[in-house]
Amino acid sequence: MSSVHLRQLSKQYNNTRVLENVSLDIRHGEFVVLVGPSGCGKSTLLRMICGLEDISAGELVIDGQVVNGLSPAERGIAMVFQSYALYPHMSVYRNMAFGLKVHGHDKSSIEQRVKAAAQALHIDHLLQRMPRELSGGQRQRVAIGRAIVRQPRLFLFDEPLSNLDASLRVKTRIELARLHSELNATMIYVTHDQVEAMTLGDKIVVLNDGTVQQAGTPLELYQQPANRFVATFIGSPTMNLLPAQVLSTCDQGVLVRVLGGQEMVALVDSARLKPGDQVEIGIRSEHLHCATGPKAMGAGELFGAVVLVEHLGDSNLLYVRLGDGSEIVVRGDGCAAVRLGEKLRLHVDMAQLHVFSADGQACRRLAPGNMQLARHQAGTLQ
Amino acid sequence: MTTLPIGTTLASPPATQSRQRWFDLGSTSLVHLLLVGYTLLSLAPLMLVVVNSFKERSAIFGDPLAFPTADTFSLIGYSKVLEHAQVLGYFSNSLIVTSVSLVLILLLGAMAAWALTEYDFPGRRVLGLFMAFGIMVPIRLASVSIMQVVVALDLMNTLTALSLVYVAQGLPLAIMILSEFIRQVPQDLKDAARCDGVSEYRLFFQVILPLIRPAVATVAVFTMVPIWDDLWFPLILAPSEETQTITLGVQQFIGQYATDWNSVLAALSLAVLPVLVFYAIFSRQLIRGITAGAIK
Repeated sequence: MSSVHLRQLSKQYNNTRVLENVSLDIRHGEFVVLVGPSGCGKSTLLRMICGLEDISAGELVIDGQVVNGLSPAERGIAMVFQSYALYPHMSVYRNMAFGLKVHGHDKSSIEQRVKAAAQALHIDHLLQRMPRELSGGQRQRVAIGRAIVRQPRLFLFDEPLSNLDASLRVKTRIELARLHSELNATMIYVTHDQVEAMTLGDKIVVLNDGTVQQAGTPLELYQQPANRFVATFIGSPTMNLLPAQVLSTCDQGVLVRVLGGQEMVALVDSARLKPGDQVEIGIRSEHLHCATGPKAMGAGELFGAVVLVEHLGDSNLLYVRLGDGSEIVVRGDGCAAVRLGEKLRLHVDMAQLHVFSADGQACRRLAPGNMQLARHQAGTLQ
Repeated sequence: MTTLPIGTTLASPPATQSRQRWFDLGSTSLVHLLLVGYTLLSLAPLMLVVVNSFKERSAIFGDPLAFPTADTFSLIGYSKVLEHAQVLGYFSNSLIVTSVSLVLILLLGAMAAWALTEYDFPGRRVLGLFMAFGIMVPIRLASVSIMQVVVALDLMNTLTALSLVYVAQGLPLAIMILSEFIRQVPQDLKDAARCDGVSEYRLFFQVILPLIRPAVATVAVFTMVPIWDDLWFPLILAPSEETQTITLGVQQFIGQYATDWNSVLAALSLAVLPVLVFYAIFSRQLIRGITAGAIK
């Protein structure tokens, strides 16, 4: 069993703080993904967990033992690097065996372990090759194999797929997920790709500017982003944000007016809001629909003209310019013919609205919420 | 009517192409000409020595530029040199001094370069500058002090003294060149090794050193030749009969056999051989890429 606890971890280079008070609990067997834009400190955090960077402050606990002062090997950690970092002068077999040899394992057990790992990764026919004779995908497998043979307590991955081409990336991603369930090992994975994060992670930790923005399951992050940053970082295309003003609040939600005078009701905890506050409402592209019929019951409506269409096959992404010049993205029916410049009336699925207060924090969405009651209490009865 | 313009436009690209080709050919041959000229210039004296070492004494003076013919061919110089009891001793002195110095320079130089580039410790910059200083100041300026030190250490007329001086002479450049190559070893590779639990010594000897092998070979070649050729330090530090190196030994031939050019030329020709062999061994390494396959 190997659980990992980060307690108030901080990292400081000279006078710049790279990471600040990162706390995290990782259970045994969990697949945790650290995600964030470049420079957010995710790789530094991984290197600190690995033992390649000193910990400026805080405690790192693995299996109940504080490991701050231990070397990577003593921590029982294996890491897979973005650049693969294979020893170029050693064959695949020796690459995988090197760590074991250093630790004084005997020859037969080394051979047994390397063969087993090679078979699991389908690289057993490559064992005598040199790294330069391998393709990118094969090198990546060797790098993973080198980590597996040591049977570490904890696997760390530093953007392992970013050097692979798109199709190979998807394939390797699936294999990593399979590997994780087979090995039942604790894994920490760094990426800047939110699709990788969403598909692989049991738990996703979103980092920005050296602080944890939110940690949770993929769906939690998608449905209940804690703040504006997480809301816009997770999900593709990016969540639409529109400035709005609070008209009235009630315990079932909040009534806001967006630009152009449209009123909308959002089912969120309105404790921190009061009438007159400037807020932003967030709408994901799939919660906007092109309205065809007469104006539907309720206030959620926006008007705009199509400026760009991206065809994805199963759906369209319509970039719509609203009256005030701001642009929003709408996920539309892939078959529907949409012309550039076409005027659209958009329905907003108000039950799916997010509200962010002026400081960027999200108001907690009430689930399931009662739209009828909210609308009644907030004072709009259109 | 329309065929004519088309014909001319079609004809012009090949014309430009061929002009381009002639230009390329011209510039390449110019470069080759210069290189051939330089090669001849460097090799001519050497050729003269080797060619004349196979001739009779009278033929050497009669026509120094002529190749040996059936009449003038003679191995007298070689047989004299090889019969001369001391010459083999001179050779072995040279070999010992050169190889000991070379091994020490490469080993210590690589280790120092690794330490200076990889580890952050107080005084690192100063130490690096000190080494750079060693490249700029010719070691011969310090001959008097070196001699005093050698005398004080009671190392006069020993090969140890020579080796130590050459190590000091070769280290700065070795450290500088090797540092540059060590800096190019990807950080991930070192990190990966540390994750594997590889100790720092093992990391250096089993990961870093094999990767910078081409650089080590380069340094070996650059370092070896001046040591082998040196006359100055053998002359002032180890001039005794037992410790003379081949370069010094040959000079004394000139004094002893002022008229016997056969021996001098033969000894000089022989002295070139080990350098050539060394070079042949190391030059195979020179062209190898350093981190092919390490990273994408």
